[in-house]
Amino acid sequence: MKALENLLARAAPHFEPGGRLSRFHAIFEATDTFIMTPPSVTRGASHVRDSIDLKRMMTIVVIAMLPCVFMAMYNTGLQANMALDPMKLATLTGWRHEIMRALGFGYDARSLAQCLFHGSLYFLPLYAVTLAVGGFWEVLFAVVRRHEINEGFLVTSMIFPLTLPATAPLWQAALGITFGVVVAKEVFGGTGMNFLNPALAGRAFMFFAYPADISGDTVWVAMYGVNAVDGFSGATLLSTMRSFTTPFDEASASLSWANAFLGFEPGSLGETSALACLIGAAILIVTKVGSWRIMAGVALGTIAMALLFNAIGSTTNHWFAMPFWWHMVLGGWAFGTAFMATDPVTAPFTDRGRWIYGFGIGALIVMIRVLNPAYPESVFLVILFMNVMSPLIDYFLVRGNIQRRKRRVQA
Amino acid sequence: MSAISPATGAFGKRERAALLDPILTNNPIGVQVLGICSALAVTTRIDKALVMGAGVILVTMLANLAVSLVRNHTPGSIRIIVQLAIIASLVIVFDQVLKATLYELSLELSVFVGLIITNCIVMGRAEGYAMSNPPGLSLLDGLGNGLGYALVLFLVAFFRELFGAGKVLGFVVLPLAKDGGWYVPNGLMLLAPSGLLLIAGLIWLLRTLKPELQEKD
Repeated sequence: MKALENLLARAAPHFEPGGRLSRFHAIFEATDTFIMTPPSVTRGASHVRDSIDLKRMMTIVVIAMLPCVFMAMYNTGLQANMALDPMKLATLTGWRHEIMRALGFGYDARSLAQCLFHGSLYFLPLYAVTLAVGGFWEVLFAVVRRHEINEGFLVTSMIFPLTLPATAPLWQAALGITFGVVVAKEVFGGTGMNFLNPALAGRAFMFFAYPADISGDTVWVAMYGVNAVDGFSGATLLSTMRSFTTPFDEASASLSWANAFLGFEPGSLGETSALACLIGAAILIVTKVGSWRIMAGVALGTIAMALLFNAIGSTTNHWFAMPFWWHMVLGGWAFGTAFMATDPVTAPFTDRGRWIYGFGIGALIVMIRVLNPAYPESVFLVILFMNVMSPLIDYFLVRGNIQRRKRRVQA
Repeated sequence: MSAISPATGAFGKRERAALLDPILTNNPIGVQVLGICSALAVTTRIDKALVMGAGVILVTMLANLAVSLVRNHTPGSIRIIVQLAIIASLVIVFDQVLKATLYELSLELSVFVGLIITNCIVMGRAEGYAMSNPPGLSLLDGLGNGLGYALVLFLVAFFRELFGAGKVLGFVVLPLAKDGGWYVPNGLMLLAPSGLLLIAGLIWLLRTLKPELQEKD
């Protein structure tokens, strides 16, 4: 550690203004403060009201996401191994299966290690591509604009692959994160200035640019149809719901609530396990990094809207009957609530605004799921929509506050 | 610029400025951010963008000329109606010519040709320039603004057609994966928001290349 410190201290003068490498100060600064405790902590009216700096805050978010990462790898492997027809083992092709064979890993759905390893071959490449490509843009903008490289990207790069289906092509992920970082964040001035969540904007880009690879029934399980057991369908419950002929009840679902809660269902990498998201949410709330008001708002909005639909009922749309505790374990609800709605930059800054923002997200998610047949899942678009609304929410609340105080002074 | 200065006939500095300024330094879309609506709607293919560009060039040019010719006889209180009547007549003529010659394309452009009447650029140049400048200069100004509009439309349509369908002017440049090639088309490029993103990108580029366009805030 001492040797590293000396090395950094010796290198520092070259990166200071006037030094030979001052153009690359941003890269040095990022390395330096990543390894050592930074000399300065956040001061003044940032969105942090503590002596920890942005770097530590973002690290906590990454730690809170680790259960989701674990479940992403395990469940991806599990779903693929369960779908695989053992008779067709020999016909599996591709580099992933080469590695599996070379290392002697099998495809047993009951083996934790084998599922975890199989799944990691889908998650890790997506994560690596996101880090490399997104990191490249971060560094490029930091160097050209001469500002510091921001750790917000550690979180963005973790969220982004977790929102993708395991089968997402790597080059599409590279384009998606490029769009998210450059168009949704850097053009507005970098972290703190963006009004859209960069990871979600990147996912939205992929959704509209390459819908065949990120939506539909065949992308959620990493096993091609020809290798799957007969009659296998990788569709999520959210999309099969559309063809239900009776009102939703537990028995008619192809999935038990417990499995949906634990995350043993097809879906995007990180979103399936409500339990893992709940652990993450608990970490964020205890450390006060994520706003509990937003999460509670989303839950309330979902409950209110789902109860409303339950009360109205419908003979043609069997979604109406779905209870709120099912809404909360399906699709991206839990992941979006814990990690994306709570992004401090794109959520409102006022406490009451956070309630409204959260409630809006929860209510809209249920409304679009139930009423709009074009979108079986809506979480990421709803959060982006409320991202756009959040400055407006803040504006009205702050103005209302000012007027109330003014009246008090005049009275 | 004063309204009474006579057109010199020679192609001087003012004529050059009237013609060339709107193409880059004062581009109606890139700098003044006018005429965005049609730029989003007709730029999915280059041929549509070119026809639309030609329409706006002709209409802006001739409307500017006509408005300028009658500018000293137009009462101020009804000038907008006079301008609109001139512009609308020109657009109708262009629309009819299009239907007679390029019928298929006119169907795809549908209402957007008719909507040239309400294009902010055409109205803006008639009211802002032709009403106070001699006919020759006004004609050049209309031509320049039309060209500036058409240039942006062409650029946006070029990227949208290339990345959205793998083609340039209908010729396959990037063979599509579904036809045995390698290129997977970007569906976003065929949706209107991509036009907005591309125009924003062009504005960004223009302002980076010409820092004098950036406002001091």
